[in-house]
Amino acid sequence: MSPELIAILAKYAVMFAVLINVAPIMNWVERRACAYIQDRPGPNRVGPLGLFQPVADALKFMFKEDVTPSAADKPLYLMAPALALLPAFTTFVVIPFGPDITVAGRAVRLMVADVDTGVLVFLALSSLSVYSLVMAGYASNNKFSLLGSIRASAQLISYELALTIAVLAVIIPVGSFNLADVVAYQRAHVWNFLPQIIGFLVFLIASFAETNRLPFDLPEAESELVAGFHTEYGSMRFALFFQAEYTNMAALSALGVTLYFGGWSLPWIEFPHNLLGGVLGLLTLLAKIGICMAVFVWIRWTFPRFRYDQLMRLGWKVLLPLAILNLILVAAMTLAGWL
Amino acid sequence: METVIFALFAALALVSAIVVVTHKSPVYSTLALVLTLFSTAVLYVLLGAPFVGALQILVYAGAIVVLFLFVIMLLNIQKEEEAHAGFGAQTWTAILGAAIFLGMMGLIFWRSGSPAAAPLTPESVALKPLAAQLFTTYLLPFEIVGLLLLVAVIGATVAARKPGEELGHIGEHEYVSGEEPRTDPLKSGSDPHQPSVAEPAYSSQREAS
Repeated sequence: MSPELIAILAKYAVMFAVLINVAPIMNWVERRACAYIQDRPGPNRVGPLGLFQPVADALKFMFKEDVTPSAADKPLYLMAPALALLPAFTTFVVIPFGPDITVAGRAVRLMVADVDTGVLVFLALSSLSVYSLVMAGYASNNKFSLLGSIRASAQLISYELALTIAVLAVIIPVGSFNLADVVAYQRAHVWNFLPQIIGFLVFLIASFAETNRLPFDLPEAESELVAGFHTEYGSMRFALFFQAEYTNMAALSALGVTLYFGGWSLPWIEFPHNLLGGVLGLLTLLAKIGICMAVFVWIRWTFPRFRYDQLMRLGWKVLLPLAILNLILVAAMTLAGWL
Repeated sequence: METVIFALFAALALVSAIVVVTHKSPVYSTLALVLTLFSTAVLYVLLGAPFVGALQILVYAGAIVVLFLFVIMLLNIQKEEEAHAGFGAQTWTAILGAAIFLGMMGLIFWRSGSPAAAPLTPESVALKPLAAQLFTTYLLPFEIVGLLLLVAVIGATVAARKPGEELGHIGEHEYVSGEEPRTDPLKSGSDPHQPSVAEPAYSSQREAS
């Protein structure tokens, strides 16, 4: 194996180790936070502060009986949960997680895939995540699942447009799709959320819809659709959807943090260009992602769910025009030399 | 390494393309189409055009085919009806299309001598030169394509509106039905968003019984 391949595998292993732990940790955070918001104790029996609750949950998922509905479309039904994880675990490859460092005399760039088209690769891979939802809903042969997945496909397309246009506005002053250049630009200027506050708000709202989180969790909507697209899924298959949701949240948070809040960098602080700097960069990025995830949880337990037509109206008539307005503003400001 | 990836995804593209046209279930056909588009996107990346590959997935696999699936699921088409026996208009059109495609491929091979006469270089497909070419040398074709798309969008909107309805009301209450042309025989009467003339009589009859 060539050293380049080893470096890529090592970097992906770091990312994977982080991502695989997102769902259990967020499971605990979500339940404790919602309990706090609703003024009740929440899960506090397993271990100190209920910290081992995710372990108990994981064991429960693994040992539950695995039921497949007899009327289900078998191949698609089995494939859907696995496919849900795929975009979630691959979009991360274009996110830089530290400064350029030197390890054992070799220059290493701390991102798994250092490609010209980084942002586009992220958007392309995350746009595929809708298929697992659609497959799950169709294959379950259940009307609630089908309704959930029809909603999912319409919702994801609508909000992806606004999200993509908001992201493009960030790219204009930077002049590169590579996220490492986006971070470098923000270190030289200011964090992007200041000049592009409209674009950031559009991105924030659209990312809630993209990850199917309340107030936009219409594909699940447990008060009307039982559990939406994953009604017929139990045991470990349900756990995979669960994990995909949290990993997608982490991936979109990482993109948002990298685009608008300086990624792995901190203002006025220069990390050393060695392994220590790499670790510090990774920790900074993780701390920022953690704050974003906390906001996701906070908003979920604060806002009521939107009605479906309100969701569509917001996407097409408010967010999309705002995103285009932001694009034009940023382009004009760049042309005038203000950015 | 590259040869293995090429062989894998070329085979995948071909097999899934065959599944698209032969599978009885439209949902499986559509999902196979996603696989075809994804595999060809990988081939674009191998050819040194990651931009085209990413756009292919983003636009086609990520948006347009989702709309196909959306319509198929909304209409709840379970199985394709039996194909017409013998040579219909569809067969002749398919043969004509294939002949034109083969003719174009032949013309390219004949003109250039060999398929790899002018290989793409990383410089020629990098983003900045590509954008510069698009907005200077090929500006007119680019704008014409944009205009064509705009006309198509307006045409679809006009075709989707109810007869006699003012254009300004489109999309006020119906976000879903706007995707299908009004004249589609499959939808007349069966779509709750577009009540046909016969429907009030039917529903009052049902209430009476």
